[in-house]
Amino acid sequence: MEVMEATPAPARQVNVRSSDKAMEVVLYAIAAVILIVLIYPLYFIVIASFSDPSGVANGQVWFYPQGFTLDGYRELLRHPNIWVGYRNTILYTAVGTAIGLAVNVPAAYALSRKDLFGRKALSLLFIFTMFFNGGLIPTFLTIRDFHMYNTFLVMVLPFSVIVYDIIVARTFFQTSIPGDLWEAAQIDGCGNLRYFARVVLPLSKAVLSVLGLWIAVGYWNSYFNALIYLKNPDLYPLQLILRNILITNQMQSGMGSGEAAQIALRLANMMRYSVIIVSTVPIMCLYPFVQKYFNQGVMIGAVKE
Amino acid sequence: MNINPSTVHPMRRAFRQIHRNRGLYALLLPAAALLLCFAYKPMYGVVIAFKDFSPALGITGSPWAGFKYFDKFFHSYQFSRTIKNTLIISVYSLVTFPIPIVLALMINQMRTNRFKRFFQTVTYMPHFISTVVMVGLLLILFSPGNGLVGNLYRLFGAEAPNVMGSAGLFSSVYVWSDVWQHAGWDSIIYIAALSTVDPSLYEAATVDGASRWQRIRYIDIPMLMPTAVTLLILRVGGLLGVGFEKVYLMQNNLNISSSEIISTYVYKIGLLSNQYSFSAAINLFNTVINFFLLILVNRIARKVSGSSLW
Repeated sequence: MEVMEATPAPARQVNVRSSDKAMEVVLYAIAAVILIVLIYPLYFIVIASFSDPSGVANGQVWFYPQGFTLDGYRELLRHPNIWVGYRNTILYTAVGTAIGLAVNVPAAYALSRKDLFGRKALSLLFIFTMFFNGGLIPTFLTIRDFHMYNTFLVMVLPFSVIVYDIIVARTFFQTSIPGDLWEAAQIDGCGNLRYFARVVLPLSKAVLSVLGLWIAVGYWNSYFNALIYLKNPDLYPLQLILRNILITNQMQSGMGSGEAAQIALRLANMMRYSVIIVSTVPIMCLYPFVQKYFNQGVMIGAVKE
Repeated sequence: MNINPSTVHPMRRAFRQIHRNRGLYALLLPAAALLLCFAYKPMYGVVIAFKDFSPALGITGSPWAGFKYFDKFFHSYQFSRTIKNTLIISVYSLVTFPIPIVLALMINQMRTNRFKRFFQTVTYMPHFISTVVMVGLLLILFSPGNGLVGNLYRLFGAEAPNVMGSAGLFSSVYVWSDVWQHAGWDSIIYIAALSTVDPSLYEAATVDGASRWQRIRYIDIPMLMPTAVTLLILRVGGLLGVGFEKVYLMQNNLNISSSEIISTYVYKIGLLSNQYSFSAAINLFNTVINFFLLILVNRIARKVSGSSLW
């Protein structure tokens, strides 16, 4: 430092350094505001779920629970639909994710191989579906033609090909699996299938984890396919049940006149905080397991093609 | 391999290559079969948009109707309304496109690793909330009677507006809640792009006396441009493709004049009032416009910036 003082430092450089300092302050100030805006609503739901509903409604809950109670959670336990929905969602997510990985990852590998005859045309067959589709009604009629309407299968199989995921995995295979591995395997008399299972898959944990997470989150959170293709309430996933509790009941709150409607609304009000916690926490818990892969090359591949 | 390729018939060569890689076709088969059944078969089904479809007669048996249903849509009052609402929401969303980029630049500037990790985790988290819960959250927070915002207003002795029942506020609530939920997640891809910057570039710039702001301006931002252009093309290509899920959940009688978009209208006409052909026609109109928009934008992007999707 003393040395710096001795030599006359150019004025400009000093300016640069103070502007960097100012930027640092502004950066962290903005970051703090963003954190509050993101965290507070979620924190509010957590404390509201442990509070007396009337205290929440009267605006007494701001920073910690008021009139601590577990009534919201107790009410959840008594609501059979939620647990049926929970079971269904777990099944759809588990089976759907397994099918999704089993279908998309091998296809991505095949398309990543330059020596695949017809690679361009086959890629086009996949990519075209990203930008053009038959639309709601023709797809609905197709599902009915396959006798899949209102079945377990419709929730896990027909829409399991996700071209975006295939592109991500394909780019991963192209950039991360060295080509001479295949040459070497061939010399040892190893076929494509064995090579894929024994060499490629064990090297692909990162992309398998990331795609697995994406697919699982997608299944856990979706309600569209259930809304369109399911009729039987016993097959409803959690999200459709949530829709009734969180949205349909709230929307009707002004119009509900009968006593039954009032009771339904009161119950919904009691449960709406706890049900958010119970339905959202499990899928959030998956995230830390794959977090370490996120800032790596896995995602960048998607847009590089 | 030791045979000169030019002397072998091309068909034979192709066949040999296919045969040698038959394992790869086996890997491709399940996905291709599913696409043929559930993506390409419905594409054939769009002909019902040009027919008077009746389930009893089937797709081939139903009589042709020409452009009757397209005409019907173009002349209905829902035509301009749904297109206008769809465009307002998607153009409004497009304006928020740079937010994830700014977030990525910010995260890239954070020097304290623990804070950086914490900040990233917090910004990603809302992405895992389902659409149903997200809209439920909005209803809870914005309820004028007993919501957080309502209580805040009452604290200052003011009457809270009914945000979720307001047609004028619909697009703002939709777009900004999307930013709240997904901006952090969408920044991941830019963070990954920034992580590929060669550190010696920063060092060289620092030696040359570049300020932090100048390093962002002349190193980071140009680095992000190809990624940003690609994503922008996709967004513009989907200009008329505002998703069904969230808008449908946010709809109510009070905001319907600005919340009825093409995809919700297609659903109501098709599955709630069973006018299959009419619904398919509206849907096809929408898909075709999106398709050509994408091609157009892609071509412009290639001319202007040199990056494009294909």
